Amino acid sequence: MTTIDPTRATCPAPQAETERVLLGHGSGGQLSTELLDDVIIAELGTAGPLEDAALVGIADVDAVFSTDSFVVTPRFFPGGDIGSLAVHGTVNDLAMRGARPVALALAYVLEEGFPLAELRTITASVAAAARACGVPVATGDTKVVGAGAADGVYVTTTGIGVRLRDAFPSAAGGVPGDVVLLSGHVGDHGTAILSAREGLGFEAEIRSDSRPLHDLVAAMIAAGARDVHALRDPTRGGLASALNELAAASEVAVEITDADIPIRPQVAAACELLGLDPLHVANEGCLVAFVAPGSADAVLSAMRGTEAGQAARAIGTVTGGPAGQVTARTTVGARRVVDVLIGEQLPRIC
Amino acid sequence: MKYLDEYRDPALAVKLLAELHATATRPWAVMEVCGGQTHTLVRQGIDELLPAGIRMIHGPGCPVCVTPLEVIDKALAIAARPEVIFTSYGDMLRVPGSAGDLLGVRARGGDVRVVYTPLDAVRIARQHPDREVVFFAVGFETTAPANAMAVRYAADAGIGNFSVLVSHVLVPPAITALLDAPDNQVQGFLAAGHVCAVMGWTEYEPIAARYRVPIVVTGFEPLDLLEGILMAVRQLEQGRSEVENQYARAVRRTGNTAAQEVVRRVFRVTERNWRGIGPIPTSGLALAAEFSAYDADTRFATTGVRTEENPDCIAGAILRGTKLPTDCAAYGTRCTPRTPLGAPMVSAEGTCAAFHNSGRRPAPSTVEEIG
Amino acid sequence: MCLGIPGRIVAIDDRADPADPVLGTVDFAGLRRSVCLDFTPAAGIGDYVIVHVGFAISQIDEAEAAKTLAVLDAIPDVWETELGPEAAT
Repeated sequence: MTTIDPTRATCPAPQAETERVLLGHGSGGQLSTELLDDVIIAELGTAGPLEDAALVGIADVDAVFSTDSFVVTPRFFPGGDIGSLAVHGTVNDLAMRGARPVALALAYVLEEGFPLAELRTITASVAAAARACGVPVATGDTKVVGAGAADGVYVTTTGIGVRLRDAFPSAAGGVPGDVVLLSGHVGDHGTAILSAREGLGFEAEIRSDSRPLHDLVAAMIAAGARDVHALRDPTRGGLASALNELAAASEVAVEITDADIPIRPQVAAACELLGLDPLHVANEGCLVAFVAPGSADAVLSAMRGTEAGQAARAIGTVTGGPAGQVTARTTVGARRVVDVLIGEQLPRIC
Repeated sequence: MKYLDEYRDPALAVKLLAELHATATRPWAVMEVCGGQTHTLVRQGIDELLPAGIRMIHGPGCPVCVTPLEVIDKALAIAARPEVIFTSYGDMLRVPGSAGDLLGVRARGGDVRVVYTPLDAVRIARQHPDREVVFFAVGFETTAPANAMAVRYAADAGIGNFSVLVSHVLVPPAITALLDAPDNQVQGFLAAGHVCAVMGWTEYEPIAARYRVPIVVTGFEPLDLLEGILMAVRQLEQGRSEVENQYARAVRRTGNTAAQEVVRRVFRVTERNWRGIGPIPTSGLALAAEFSAYDADTRFATTGVRTEENPDCIAGAILRGTKLPTDCAAYGTRCTPRTPLGAPMVSAEGTCAAFHNSGRRPAPSTVEEIG
Repeated sequence: MCLGIPGRIVAIDDRADPADPVLGTVDFAGLRRSVCLDFTPAAGIGDYVIVHVGFAISQIDEAEAAKTLAVLDAIPDVWETELGPEAAT
């Protein structure tokens, strides 16, 4: 019979990857933050809270400015494609600063050999999505690289918008006492992408929630004006990352209740099967807001009156501290800390 | 979802907790062997609702955490080869070897793919006859039948470009080794429900009798765990040491005989090295002679690497349940989920990662033996 | 752990060759996936199985499931009287 010799217990000293970019650096989790802090912001020397879009004064207009690149696999998925996603993503980043989109720029990096028919389909989808948002694609650029140097097509959209009157949402705008509002179900987009991605083999009716949110935001601003303190669309890294980012930028704590977060049954099932946390799964058509308590009910009603906000709910509150901490009340009534995703989200068996 | 949601009912959880508070008259230490149960306990905050004297010790039941370093190093060496498509469950991609992890291999151009089921690995081998497809066959008794079946199908279909890197471990020998340890503090066990769905619980009966410990086969939902803990505490309070089955909806005494059969045919029992515990006789599975042609270890002539121990990491004591992650000098500082020093910080199920992700921060500077 | 999720068998595929795996479709709250049913030969369409890494490893015993919940339901509700109503929220 074996007896355990504690001195035999070994433990590795891994070499953390510090030389090359990992897929996880693009996950929207902790690795993404490190890449920004240690390399990009370090070199650019930018300061201040990380916002979805920047306010830039042009003459006497408060313009809002944002850019985003899209590299989704697969390029076509239930509920959308890389073209519509590229429009919605940038329109939504502008909307998170309380802006109405005015114009988009569209840039393609194409791989040699990419089918023109598919490029036409994607571009038609960009056009349809932009039309539906009421925003023109005003300018653009196309580059082609050799076969193997890119994965088919990469799409970058840049948007400019105008800040709505009385709209001052900022990642740093949350104050203790604010109500945390969520506009709809979480996890749809990430789960739809996972399901459509070759290999996981789900025959699911899970559709991405990819859609524009500027009308929803306009309704919220109309109802709550300056009481809408912070807005964020929880894309990569999911609701958990978005709440952690807002809590850190606003220097507040956030408490949410697990049971109040709407998740569609199939999305919940996919997360159960793959061992994913729905709060870490990406969304492309919902937002989370910090709203002053006096306006929370009015803003929530306004949200529910829009197509994108039908399932809106209050999911928690903003508290005084500790700054940056997000906690959740669990199903059985205990509390846990809601952490950000570390790197790439991986299905697990155990 | 049916058969999940009913076992997450907060009103019933409150009742079970009240019953547990009424039942426990003195302190007891109960180990949940399985990492999945650790995950539920921590993510739901259940361990903080338990009566003060009931201490849950998180056991070595995470295949990621107990996979020895030399096996990870073999995987890294094989995955880096240009002719190889290396397939794995997602769990193993972040586990540190002595030089990086599988994600790092992928970043450097290795073809590393996550699969949901080993049958997908066989399918990939069929689709790419010009490549060598290797599947990382890790896991406990629950996963062994699926991995065995994949090998059997590949053999039946004559798919020669498929092989498996095997690192299977078995639960009962590990429980026995824990009970034999001089510093053992575990007074009762929750046995892993899905391991027992495959194996049944007959193997646990002699252990319960010999060591006089209650063993409760337990499911994974909050109510399952609360009921399993309650059943174990009841036995301890009454001085009983039996094998009981809380997870009756999924587990029968003799387990799943069809699954056991394919495991017996494809694998043989062997000694396994457990990270943090050391070698335990008859505690693992290797390919049987009939299927030795499918062994990636021999096919790619990978040899083990001696690794320097990291003296800071107390993974061994944590896996044995004699220390808590917060007792570790490196916990939360030099060792975090982002930069893990040891396996228990890597897997979402690892005790250290579970603690860290639920916001447990390093204990005050005095490091005490618990118990 | 061994992540296992209960789902309902909605189809069992025909096999071209007796050596092929027995595959079927299992529905998890609307999400469907092909699952190997070799280890649950007694399970038919409409039955619930626990699925781990694409294999059904156990058939759910509906009577036992109901019994477990009945036992929990029967536990007396003493919490509120002992600890006050806020403990039960």
